[in-house]
Amino acid sequence: MKSIAELQAIRDQARAKIAMREGSHEGTRIVVGMATCGIAAGARPVLNAFVEEIAKRNIQNVSVVQTGCIGMCQFEPIVEVLAPGKEKVTYGLMDAEKAVRVVTDHIVNGNPVAEYTVAKLMK
Amino acid sequence: MRELSLNVLDIAQNSISAGASLVTLSVCEDTANDWLTLTIADNGRGMTPEQLDRVRDPFYTTRTTRKVGMGIPLFRMAAEMAGGGLTIESVVGVGTTVTATFCLSHIDRMPLGDMAGTVSALIRLNPQLDFLYRHEVDGNVFELDTRALREVLEDVPLCEPDVMEWINGTLAEGLLPLNSQA
Repeated sequence: MKSIAELQAIRDQARAKIAMREGSHEGTRIVVGMATCGIAAGARPVLNAFVEEIAKRNIQNVSVVQTGCIGMCQFEPIVEVLAPGKEKVTYGLMDAEKAVRVVTDHIVNGNPVAEYTVAKLMK
Repeated sequence: MRELSLNVLDIAQNSISAGASLVTLSVCEDTANDWLTLTIADNGRGMTPEQLDRVRDPFYTTRTTRKVGMGIPLFRMAAEMAGGGLTIESVVGVGTTVTATFCLSHIDRMPLGDMAGTVSALIRLNPQLDFLYRHEVDGNVFELDTRALREVLEDVPLCEPDVMEWINGTLAEGLLPLNSQA
């Protein structure tokens, strides 16, 4: 059973991790479209897959944030990856499996997954 | 929307855009009376009676604020399809409460779906806000209040991966014994 005592221990460990991260370089942002269109198309499992995969791999300095509707509802769930110093990559028709591949290929190894991009989907 | 919990996630976004600091999500299953009640209540800026009137209109949305759009009409449709309805109460400067009711056993009632996923996503994306999630099934209650967690966590944010894992575990463990039929 999850307990408050457990949460206190997590807090103390998290403090050490946060202190380690401080002062390190600006990180990558993963932006998930969470407007009505995104949610209806399946943004929630995509978001939760990104969050879980990043936690599982203990990747630091990556933030997962939400945005509204960017006007391409037919390609939702849409995810943008903004890495510092790199061009923005916009993925469309995402699902939880694709999210895991984006983490491994793009976030970890720096190779955007061309076949999932909106640019590719529009062709 | 294939699950009511997705509607809840969507409607909660309106509360966030309205500048709420506390959003209360409540699920109440009453099998004796065959009712399911979902409530999303916030302490955001609220709406004027004129705005409230127009929320019913799916073509009313303000691109500058994005407060409403298809969200409320879709939620209303889901409720009305299942023999229930949707009401919105709002007071400027006090907040807004959206309540949707459903006939539990109605053949067209959408499943509640993954409420834990909805609550988890909201906390993860809005660690600076507080959420109170209350789920009642025939008098048995599970509650998760981020204000209580914040007291324990002190300066550590709710969105820390290890904290989120604890929250997800607590949601799963807390909801299981409720034996939700929704």
